[in-house]
Amino acid sequence: MKYVDEFRRGDIARGMAAHIHTLVQPDRQYRLMEFCGGHTHAIARYGLTGLLPDNIRLIHGPGCPVCVLPIGRVDSAIELALRPDVILCSYGDTLRVPASNKMSLYQARAKGADVRMVYSTSDALQIARDNPHKQVVFFAIGFETTTPPTALALIQARQEKLANFSVFCNHVLTPPAMRHLLAAGDAVQLDGFIGPSHVSTVIGSAPYAAVAAEFAKPVVIAGFEPLDVLQSVAMLVEQINAGRTEVETQFTRAVTAQGNAKARSLVAQTMTLRDSFEWRGLGQVPHSALAIHPDFAEFDAELRFALAYRHVPDHKACECGAILRGQKRPQDCKVFAIVCNPDNPLGSCMVSSEGACAAHYHYGRFVEGQPA
Amino acid sequence: MSKSYSRPLDLKHGLVNLTHGSGGRAMAQLVSELFAAEFANDWLAQGNDQAILPPPGGRIAIATDSHVISPLFFPGGDIGSLAVHGTVNDLAMGGATPLYLSAGFILEEGLPLADLARIVRSMAAAARTAGVAIVTGDTKVVERGKGDGVFISTTGVGVVADGVNLSGDQARPGDVILLSGTLGDHGMAVMSQREGLGFASPILSDSAALHTLAAALLAACPGLRLMRDPTRGGLATTLNEIAQQSGVGMRLQENAIPVQASVRAACEFLGLDPLYIANEGKLVAICPAEQAAAALAALQAHPLGQQAAIIGQVVADAHQFVRVETDFGGERLLDWLSGEMLPRIC
Repeated sequence: MKYVDEFRRGDIARGMAAHIHTLVQPDRQYRLMEFCGGHTHAIARYGLTGLLPDNIRLIHGPGCPVCVLPIGRVDSAIELALRPDVILCSYGDTLRVPASNKMSLYQARAKGADVRMVYSTSDALQIARDNPHKQVVFFAIGFETTTPPTALALIQARQEKLANFSVFCNHVLTPPAMRHLLAAGDAVQLDGFIGPSHVSTVIGSAPYAAVAAEFAKPVVIAGFEPLDVLQSVAMLVEQINAGRTEVETQFTRAVTAQGNAKARSLVAQTMTLRDSFEWRGLGQVPHSALAIHPDFAEFDAELRFALAYRHVPDHKACECGAILRGQKRPQDCKVFAIVCNPDNPLGSCMVSSEGACAAHYHYGRFVEGQPA
Repeated sequence: MSKSYSRPLDLKHGLVNLTHGSGGRAMAQLVSELFAAEFANDWLAQGNDQAILPPPGGRIAIATDSHVISPLFFPGGDIGSLAVHGTVNDLAMGGATPLYLSAGFILEEGLPLADLARIVRSMAAAARTAGVAIVTGDTKVVERGKGDGVFISTTGVGVVADGVNLSGDQARPGDVILLSGTLGDHGMAVMSQREGLGFASPILSDSAALHTLAAALLAACPGLRLMRDPTRGGLATTLNEIAQQSGVGMRLQENAIPVQASVRAACEFLGLDPLYIANEGKLVAICPAEQAAAALAALQAHPLGQQAAIIGQVVADAHQFVRVETDFGGERLLDWLSGEMLPRIC
């Protein structure tokens, strides 16, 4: 695979790992947060942790779109799906997220709800065209990466006058969450961020500059291939050693400072910033999520179905919150791999392949010798 | 029997309807004009409720499998040939020579008879190639909307020669793990059809009967511990099953595991891992280290095993972990499949 295999070459990786060993100062700790679940997954999938010096600690961040979705929002989606007049369309992983009363969208489907797994917003639009007598709701989740397709769907729905289509908008934003993590009273001690590159293909690298400067933390926007991650670690180590706190881009093959102007314009037309939004693990985060713009109110599922948000606390034994804040590792959670496993997840971090717990369960738990 | 019908089945334009499962004349016509005509053997021609077969000698192996697949036709195969290959392979993995099959059809009202005929002909051809006779069967029709076109359940009977004792609990530390060819071809062929993904180089299913490959392996490697075909759940699930049955761990070398470039690219596109994707024409074998070279040579000498490879070793591990050494020299777990394989969100 041209342009993929080049970033997975074992010989280069081993060379790069050796280079990182020469860069690190032995008396120093390097606590690096990979904000995005895609990085968490790549690190676990390619066994990168084992290649790094012991004084580099990679800390999972809150960048898994399924993990940060609060239970109350999933409850609302389930409530919608159970209505006989509704077809709820959702991306796959969301179906398995545990919500209140031992429900998930999968279980709702087993109870007769019409829940359809879609691969894109255009699938949801097609379902709306094919089912004019049903209300088709797209359960929109994800970071800046998945937002432009939702924006396009809204524009297309309006052009086609698709009166039976609406969007339950739960899109969240990365820079405010990063800021919130660093500003929290009990903030985890971090020395730098491996920044999400897919997000920056849309928003660019510039939006991280203020956070990096305010909190004096370097950010390297990193690609998701294993060599990208290793190179980004080296870049962060170099910045930390030199006392620099800049936003640098490792993923130069797709990220610019300004991002994708067209995508940003589509989002700006169709969505508007919420004053505050609850994130699982982070609580209410100001200006961290998008709602449907008033110009597109007719396609806003929250208005159409008068959805009222209700906060639902996490399961008492679940440490997803602390894990999403980087304060705990999956293996620190008492229920990890015991009552909480990918087949019966107690918390959301065990659901998505990008979740910290699922990544560690699937790829890394041999380190502690956890029973299967 | 067919003489009494005024008109033959319209295999070109006709549709399955509820009378085809009612046990009456329409069903008898379907059985005689399509199933019995295509499967054509003396036992089926007797038209009895059972096939009475001569004692085969040796120990009897029996396996059953239900086939539910959408779409019914995919690049490289269809549900008919798959229903034969699946059960033949389940028998062959135990070292059995497959002899007979039964076939149960659940048809959905509205299924074009042309599609059914195509499926039945494909089944008949697959059975002839595999040297098995479809000796008894059953047909039911469900109302429109209650099926997925056709479901086919097949049960196979085979015979295992004395001295052959293959079983999933026989892997021992130090043994070698072999794979007969590239992974993920079937799963990605089906998925590319289902999702309407038009890849520039079409991926063909590897659906095939493995009994001659299995027999060649067994002949070259008398100490063979076990064989298994990595179908649903792929290689990862199969190796975890064996590790659990045998109470051992496994260590694989990722760069030794063969995957076609087109399959790897398709998996990459969808965010899937080829080690978890279904195969219908591949086998995993475990044998003592000293016979591994002979086993590999036997696999590679067979048309279905040309890309066979040694992919890892069995190790002692109380946790029964299957681990993979990545190309980077890092290590990771190759875990059981959890739930469905789902494409990533972003």
